[in-house]
Amino acid sequence: MYKPEAENIIIVKDLVKKFGSFVANDHLSFEVKKGEIFGFLGANGAGKTTAIKILCGLSYPTSGHLMVGGFDIYREREKIKRNIGYMSQKFSLYDDLTVFENIRFYAGIYGLRRNVIEERSRDLMEKLDMKDARDKLIRDIPLGWKQKMAFSVAIIHNPKIVFLDEPTGGVDPVTRRQFWDMIFEASHEGITVFVTTHYMDEAEYCDRVSIMVDGKIAALDTPEKLKKDYGAGSMNEVFLKLARVKVN
Amino acid sequence: MKRFLGFVIKEFYHIFRDYRTLLILFLLPAIQLLLFGYVITNEIKDARIAILDQSKDEVTRRISEKVLSSGYFILDKNLSSSSEIEQVFRKGNVQLVLVFAPDFAKNLDKTGNARVQIIGDASDPNTANILVNYIQGILSNYLVSLNAEKIPMQITPEVRMMYNGQMKGVYMFVPGLMAMLLMLISALMTSLSITREKELGTMELLLVSPLKPFQIIIGKVFPYVFLAFIDACIIIIIGNTVFGVPVVGNVALLLFESFLYICMALSLGILISTITSSQQIAMMLSLVALMLPTILLSGFIFPVENMPVALQWFCRLMPPKYFITIIKSIMLKGNGFSYIVFETAIMAGFTAFFILLSIKKFKVRLA
Repeated sequence: MYKPEAENIIIVKDLVKKFGSFVANDHLSFEVKKGEIFGFLGANGAGKTTAIKILCGLSYPTSGHLMVGGFDIYREREKIKRNIGYMSQKFSLYDDLTVFENIRFYAGIYGLRRNVIEERSRDLMEKLDMKDARDKLIRDIPLGWKQKMAFSVAIIHNPKIVFLDEPTGGVDPVTRRQFWDMIFEASHEGITVFVTTHYMDEAEYCDRVSIMVDGKIAALDTPEKLKKDYGAGSMNEVFLKLARVKVN
Repeated sequence: MKRFLGFVIKEFYHIFRDYRTLLILFLLPAIQLLLFGYVITNEIKDARIAILDQSKDEVTRRISEKVLSSGYFILDKNLSSSSEIEQVFRKGNVQLVLVFAPDFAKNLDKTGNARVQIIGDASDPNTANILVNYIQGILSNYLVSLNAEKIPMQITPEVRMMYNGQMKGVYMFVPGLMAMLLMLISALMTSLSITREKELGTMELLLVSPLKPFQIIIGKVFPYVFLAFIDACIIIIIGNTVFGVPVVGNVALLLFESFLYICMALSLGILISTITSSQQIAMMLSLVALMLPTILLSGFIFPVENMPVALQWFCRLMPPKYFITIIKSIMLKGNGFSYIVFETAIMAGFTAFFILLSIKKFKVRLA
């Protein structure tokens, strides 16, 4: 839920990331409010993944001031790591481990206690209706389940923020819809969601969206406001208009 | 610590659930050792030869008998003319032909000089060389026995081969195989398992987690230290029980040096995985860049001393060379630590160098 008066949980000021002479992120500045679902949109190669990697601590910015969860990304990386979750477009789970072993492993590296792990994985299986799959290898379960598993694992330690990098790639529309229900639920529980996607229909589900074009933020607001400002019927149209500006 | 333990347990699951990994880990060392020990030997027994005796006298008969009773040779055929020589070689039936010139005994008696020709099949140069040497040995022995009555003075060489009295090839293969297999398991397996996490994308998840990069790396390589260590023991035990290769020196020192070598190979594996992100490239790099030099340039099969000087310098950059020197020194000669300080220091240096380089590469990648 977006509340303008809520505290800023992510603050980005003048983020620049260069690879040689190529500028992937060109002076990005934005804030994400606590508890909102923040959509980070853009075409392939617009610089979304670069930015999300910097926010997660997988990569250093060239310059800029960044705070994540109230911590400075240069000096307080370790504290940030404890407070964020991350899910990549690859649904990174271990194929040769069972569902439960994956949960236990990821929960374990966040230092969760054994009884807590048992309890949470039981709840999780029940919620995902996967009780019978507890001891199945990940490689033997359907892609949709893998995706839900990957998300559940990313928030198993109750992080303040969860970063989702193209979390719905390669799954069918029904599964995508179900997946967004999980995102809403996490958001209800107070987890801030930072999600990148290039499906414009998903943009409608976000509290606010930013649209990146060529390493810059071309627009940032609620979907309703953006549609109004650009005189568009859908987020898809908004995006096309922005992209066309860039071409011209 | 608990997190680390969970990590190691997960790593063992990966290893034990992949039967191919298991095969490589435990069957490969045993099979390789048995193969090298039994199949590839430098000792030659029962080489087939042909004899063309143009003299057919008492002396040539006695020499032929000596040759055939030596245990090294079996008579394939008695030739009757020199035109047959080429033919038997072409057929590949014989590896060596012995030709006695006509009037052998007569010439020997009158002029003191009789001629015998030894023709080897040099399409296999090593074997030909060894066989020719055997025959020459037998001939000179015979000559000595002839002259024994005539010449009062004699030089009798008494040869003793230290540390490997029977000149068994397997004494050479056990240290060499240890160097090769420990390198294979440690470097190849770790680089594969780390690049696999990169390919799966799980590495990103681990890096986002509170685990520190060095914890991730140590967690990944720890199981392989353990398994490589078991392999080292398997090789030593098979070498000892099946082939009788002794461990004259201190077993603890031998294990310590193996441990150091394993660490060196692991750090090399880590380095490989920091510069590549796909399993295939990691595999190619490990096999081509590590296995070939280990086999060819470490003194395992081909003596370094016989190589061109430039290549000898290159060989000095091969860590397995030092390990082979160390294990030979401990296993066969029973030397203590003071004899191998230099080699140990070099291996430790290599390890430190690879680790530093990996850390540097790792940081560059993260930036």
